[in-house]
Amino acid sequence: MAHKKALHPLKAKEARRNALFTVPMACLAVLLVALPLVYVLGMALTTADGQLTLDNFKGILRADYLLVFANSMKLAFYTTVISLLIGYPFGYFMARSGRRWKALLMLLVIIPFWTSALVRIYGWKILLQGNGPINTVLKSLGIIEKNIKFLGSYGSVLLAMVYCLISMMILPCHSAVDKMDFTLVEAARDLGSAPWRAFLDVTLPLTMPGILAGCVLVFVPSVGIFYLADIMGGGLVLVGNLIRDQLLKVRDWHMGSAMSMVLIVLTAGIYLVYRRAGGDDLGVF
Amino acid sequence: MQEILLSLQHISKDFGEGPVLSDVSLEVARGEFVTLLGASGCGKTTTLRIISGLETADEGRVILSGQDMTDLPPEKRPVNTVFQSYALFPHMNVEKNVAYGLKVRGEDKATIKARVKEMLELVQMSDYARRMPAQLSGGQRQRIAIARALALQPQLLLLDEPLGALDLQLRRQMQVELKRLQKKLGITFIYITHDQEEAVNMSDRICVMRGGRFEQIGTPEEIYDQPMTRYVAQFIGRSTIFTGKVKSVNGNAAVIEDENGSFTVDASRARLTVGETCEVCVRTERMRASGTPVDGFSLPGTVREARYAGGSVETFVLMAGGAEAVATGEERMADAAKPGDTVYLYWNPAQAAVIGGASHGA
Repeated sequence: MAHKKALHPLKAKEARRNALFTVPMACLAVLLVALPLVYVLGMALTTADGQLTLDNFKGILRADYLLVFANSMKLAFYTTVISLLIGYPFGYFMARSGRRWKALLMLLVIIPFWTSALVRIYGWKILLQGNGPINTVLKSLGIIEKNIKFLGSYGSVLLAMVYCLISMMILPCHSAVDKMDFTLVEAARDLGSAPWRAFLDVTLPLTMPGILAGCVLVFVPSVGIFYLADIMGGGLVLVGNLIRDQLLKVRDWHMGSAMSMVLIVLTAGIYLVYRRAGGDDLGVF
Repeated sequence: MQEILLSLQHISKDFGEGPVLSDVSLEVARGEFVTLLGASGCGKTTTLRIISGLETADEGRVILSGQDMTDLPPEKRPVNTVFQSYALFPHMNVEKNVAYGLKVRGEDKATIKARVKEMLELVQMSDYARRMPAQLSGGQRQRIAIARALALQPQLLLLDEPLGALDLQLRRQMQVELKRLQKKLGITFIYITHDQEEAVNMSDRICVMRGGRFEQIGTPEEIYDQPMTRYVAQFIGRSTIFTGKVKSVNGNAAVIEDENGSFTVDASRARLTVGETCEVCVRTERMRASGTPVDGFSLPGTVREARYAGGSVETFVLMAGGAEAVATGEERMADAAKPGDTVYLYWNPAQAAVIGGASHGA
């Protein structure tokens, strides 16, 4: 111990100061994240009378449950693709527009965060309902004769999902485009590339980290969100519904925990693949 | 008459905050090395961007090899640019950067490979083909940027302060290399710099810009020896400028009087008339200080300081009018005038320039 390499006094001071901030945060993380996770894992691996078992996980391997997992992944996938197709151009133009426009567009992205997603989705529900504003307008314009039944369709669920998560796509895309040096695009043009070619060869690869980050940030919560599908109707059953039902209706906490663990591992797996592909740390690890 | 490659005709540009370029015209011959020289914000980069097509002129035309390029996008112009920041694609290695233009043009693989190899040899970077731009030093990136722009064999190469980010020694070395490269390839260069020494060293012709206009276009010698305006005289080289009235003209010698005294200049080019006010520019290295009055000159002054400048001595002289002049002498420091000494300034009349004199006489 006596031979322990001494830190430079300034470095040591810095280390102490850093510890001042990191130690409490680490304690919070252990208390609020790690402990509950361990508890859930414990629940998942035990029976009601405390015996260790893998039965809860085996119980998930049922065709109907697996289908629910598959449906959740599918919905998350569509949500991510649509968010990307809308969010990237939005983020791009936000980054490329003048200061005033940029501020305005940024406000549009941020304002929804001021109210609960739940409230906003009820707003959409009113807009879309049988004799809601959208149907009324379409009818008065003579475009449709009978009310369209928006609610309950897969499309309405997708709309709600994209609506709630698209800012998670816009912000990283915007920041990636904002950071890019557009002299590079000029260089590509100068070397003979038409605008679209310069975009594909230069802008797209250089903003790929933003795209990947956005995709992870949209996809991961998409897999777990179920209340949007519930509100929009249509009886879509997602992993979230399954877990909630196990916990609150069937009251099988052990089964519910096992399902939660599977969901956590799935999303963590996606994140790890993303990191392996060279993705930014998203401030997670 | 050499063939005109590029012709800028009455170009004007305004970004909405006052004119950046006002009615500039320039003709560049094939194979020529033309430098746009000026302080920052004088419009030189805008001029270059209008030639490359990255910017469009509000008025005027850009003609290249007799073809009107004014409305063509940059990708359709046989012109390439070496950007100030190099603008190498950070996600492509050196080889791919150099190959990029050829690939876009749709050349076949063998041609691209051969051409890239040739270009990397040309800039002595063959060993770095697989490196990423981030792994290169500033000077190396510079070479790659040049190789990439030259790979397409442009008719005209535009260089936007290409050596601006390099340290002095590397800068000097690259100046020589660039000039050699240009001669060897016979490509027309339009070169931007704010460094007057660089401009004088490298150019066939210099175009001094100021406030969106061309102040003077000429060979480095013309710019140096016959400045058309006070600005050009001050911007290029070190000099003392005298403003005075013509007292007498006798053949080629004109005697001019100002608040410091009187002096003689060669009036053969300037065609001065008695009573006229004129400005005379005397280069520091051509100004002499003598302990005794010299015929034709009456410019006494007090020595403030003598400084060894490596091979010569610079004497700072406070003139009668209150302004300071710097004279150069080849004596040794020990023999130089001491502070407080009275000296008499003079020069070879043929080596002083009447500002705007060349246009006077024409």
